[in-house]
Amino acid sequence: MPQHVEFRLPDVGEGLTEADIVEWLVSVGETITVNQNIVEIETAKSLVELPSPYAGVVTELLVGSGDTVEVGTPIIRIDTDGTGGPSGQGGGSGEVGATSSTAEPPAAVQSPEPEGSGDVLVGYGTSRAAATRRPRRQSSAGAPAGGAAGAARAGSTAPATEAVQAGVEVGADAAAEAAPSPEPPAPPAHAAAQAGEPAPASPAVDVRVLAKPPVRKLAKDLGIDLSRVPATGPGGIVTRADVLAAAERSAPEKLVKKADDDRPWLDGGTVSADGRQTRVPVRSVRARTADAMVASAFTAPHVTEFVTVDVTKSMRLVERLKSDPDFADVRVTPLLIAAKALTLAIRRHPMISASWDDETQEIVYKHYINLGIAAATPRGLVVPNIKDAHRLSMLELAQEIAELTATARAGKTQPAAMSDGTVTITNVGIFGIDTGTPILNPGESAILALGAISQRPWVHKGKVKPRWVTQLALSFDHRLVDGELGSRVLHDVAVIMEHPERGLVWG
Amino acid sequence: MITTDTTGAIPPVGETDDDLIQLLTPEGERVYHEAYTPRIEDLDRAALEGLYRDMVLVRRFDTEATSLQRHGELGLWPPCLGQEAAQIGSGRALARQDYAFPSYRELGVAWTRGVDLRKVLHQFRGEDHGGWDPAEHNFHLYTLVIGSHALHATGYAMGIQRDGDVGTGDPDRDRAVVAYFGDGATAQGDLNEALTFAAVNDSPVVFFCQNNHWAISEPTTRQSRVPLFHRGRGFGIPSVRVDGNDVLACYAVTTEALERARSGGGPTFVEAVTYRMGAHTTSDDPTRYRTKADEEVWRRRDPIDRLEVLLRAEGTGEEFFTALDAEADELGEDVRSYCRAIPVPPASRMFENVYATENALVSTEREWFTEYSEGFLTEEVAR
Repeated sequence: MPQHVEFRLPDVGEGLTEADIVEWLVSVGETITVNQNIVEIETAKSLVELPSPYAGVVTELLVGSGDTVEVGTPIIRIDTDGTGGPSGQGGGSGEVGATSSTAEPPAAVQSPEPEGSGDVLVGYGTSRAAATRRPRRQSSAGAPAGGAAGAARAGSTAPATEAVQAGVEVGADAAAEAAPSPEPPAPPAHAAAQAGEPAPASPAVDVRVLAKPPVRKLAKDLGIDLSRVPATGPGGIVTRADVLAAAERSAPEKLVKKADDDRPWLDGGTVSADGRQTRVPVRSVRARTADAMVASAFTAPHVTEFVTVDVTKSMRLVERLKSDPDFADVRVTPLLIAAKALTLAIRRHPMISASWDDETQEIVYKHYINLGIAAATPRGLVVPNIKDAHRLSMLELAQEIAELTATARAGKTQPAAMSDGTVTITNVGIFGIDTGTPILNPGESAILALGAISQRPWVHKGKVKPRWVTQLALSFDHRLVDGELGSRVLHDVAVIMEHPERGLVWG
Repeated sequence: MITTDTTGAIPPVGETDDDLIQLLTPEGERVYHEAYTPRIEDLDRAALEGLYRDMVLVRRFDTEATSLQRHGELGLWPPCLGQEAAQIGSGRALARQDYAFPSYRELGVAWTRGVDLRKVLHQFRGEDHGGWDPAEHNFHLYTLVIGSHALHATGYAMGIQRDGDVGTGDPDRDRAVVAYFGDGATAQGDLNEALTFAAVNDSPVVFFCQNNHWAISEPTTRQSRVPLFHRGRGFGIPSVRVDGNDVLACYAVTTEALERARSGGGPTFVEAVTYRMGAHTTSDDPTRYRTKADEEVWRRRDPIDRLEVLLRAEGTGEEFFTALDAEADELGEDVRSYCRAIPVPPASRMFENVYATENALVSTEREWFTEYSEGFLTEEVAR
């Protein structure tokens, strides 16, 4: 008669809640011995093989490879009687895991050995007693009650504990005496003990990628190959943010899979009658962007100028700053250098920091630089600005950029952060684009586009050499900025990007 | 020979084994050592078989316990796999009246002190703070905090001095203490303070460092610029480095250190060079920081294999090994069934072993707690 037991996924670490099933090492119908490795699992901490607590025949694998399983979930069913009969209707799950205490087991499975000796402990320690609150006694009035309680304690509780212990002793003795074990013969125990394989297996883990276990788990969950994620953490560690950024880059848009699918392409949209178009109401960011662009494009006559510049020295500066302790907690990018360069250029040519007041027919010159950063967010284009950017050190500027872009990506940019800008930078280079003709943010008179930075053949000291080169584009409002002023500003930005030390002179 | 020379150039860790005391090679051949070979001359074949049995049974228990954690029956287990010789060799050198302070991996020492190893499981199943009566075995409870028990051991040793149980010449009276710790603990403040106090007080304590090469994932090479036993020298303590996988050398070196301590010669620092073949604990995955090749080197230096070769060469018959296999199997099965039935101790258990003698505050709290426990309607004792 089959005796079915289930093995529940234990907490192999300390306080883990789940694990991934990597690979089953046994299959249905296989006869297994106690401590034979049955499955390989991966937790947030480690990759381990689980040995079976039971000997018998595998009747069912309850979870599949690749499944993420909560601690305490039954993962395998084993017939400890060894006949391997079906586990279904007859041996319902009620019997599982508590066989020796139910009914009368047949003689063949009387062994108090693992098979059927109670529930598997799950997680930290065992709490056989339910964690329920017990009622207090109504009154602890004096001697009688206390005496009764004392008697109860002396008369039943303490002996009960002893009885349990005695039972254990007896059970253990019986186990020891039941010499001819009904178990299948154990594997050559001496050899096994000597080899003493520790449980953790040796997976082909690529140790060259440095990342903390939770980050590894995150990458796995998101389907991101860690070895392909650029690391920005100290010592080349891949951080959580790196993985999330990689996931964002690789995440496909929520578009339909089939062309003829009649579901809307975007949330909140409706599909046209012929099923070939999705219509989405214009709202919030998109509406504001549209208004601003129309207003800007058709009120301010745009002029755009371009310059191609060797930024090799700026790239070196970026590398140096990355390893500078002061900059340990911020991202250092070419955008930061460009932002600094732009503020320096504007301070040399403050007349460009101005706006056209149509109502009063005045030109308003701003004594400050509120530097806007165009940020692509899940909700659309947002251009928050850094107030008084001209007063910030390089480090402060980097911190402000980081905070502002993070806030924008989280969709939490406040209206105040987007008002009263004086100039904007748009970093089209991060999309691999050489350059473009940016449209002014309304109320501002200039916008700088930073193109992709790539190695190109460049004449350097009379020889053609591979150099880091980019294109800068500056659009300005020709109503108040003439070609000369716009050119000088763009030229100064280019000079600083090419020779960052120039910033010391002009700063 | 105790190496107390501090004038020579300091060799980097791992580059030279010149100063390593070894009496039994990994190939199972005896090595003659002028100072230490005489110390094992009284170990006859029965004694060697005893040491072998100790190591095999401890390893079997340890392997079973690791499996029990994977079965979900233990919350945690720190395997001592690979360190059996260091623990058995040193543990067997202790006299009955000596006292050992373990860290949390000293299963082999517990065995030599007569502790029922199954009791060690109580703590790792989360049922008990200890599991055995330290006074009964002169084997302290496991200490989980790294290195703190070195201070306890030193304090205990200073207590022995005040009891006058040092240097009397009476072999049944003179006592010593052994503190067991790992390579990682040598970087802890507590251990360094303990070394300071033990040295200036000439306390009867042996600092037994099992350098198992790993402080969890940090290799010894990144913990110290000098071999660890040189740290003992820095405190003016005679220090010796021994092959920790050679049970005979560990026995000989510890015997000498204990004799020095009991006779009033003060502390000794022993560095037993061994290797943690398993994980730091069952929560750790060593494949993240070391390779199979690293482990393979040390597998060939296994402490049990080399003694087996010696025993077979010196005439131990097959029947000894067969019988031991059967004994180990029986032990394994017994451990499994025992573990599943470990009882929850009464809550009042927590008031035991706090102080050596009755303490007013503890007594008051025990009385209060007992009254509180009895104030419930149901019979179940508060847990």
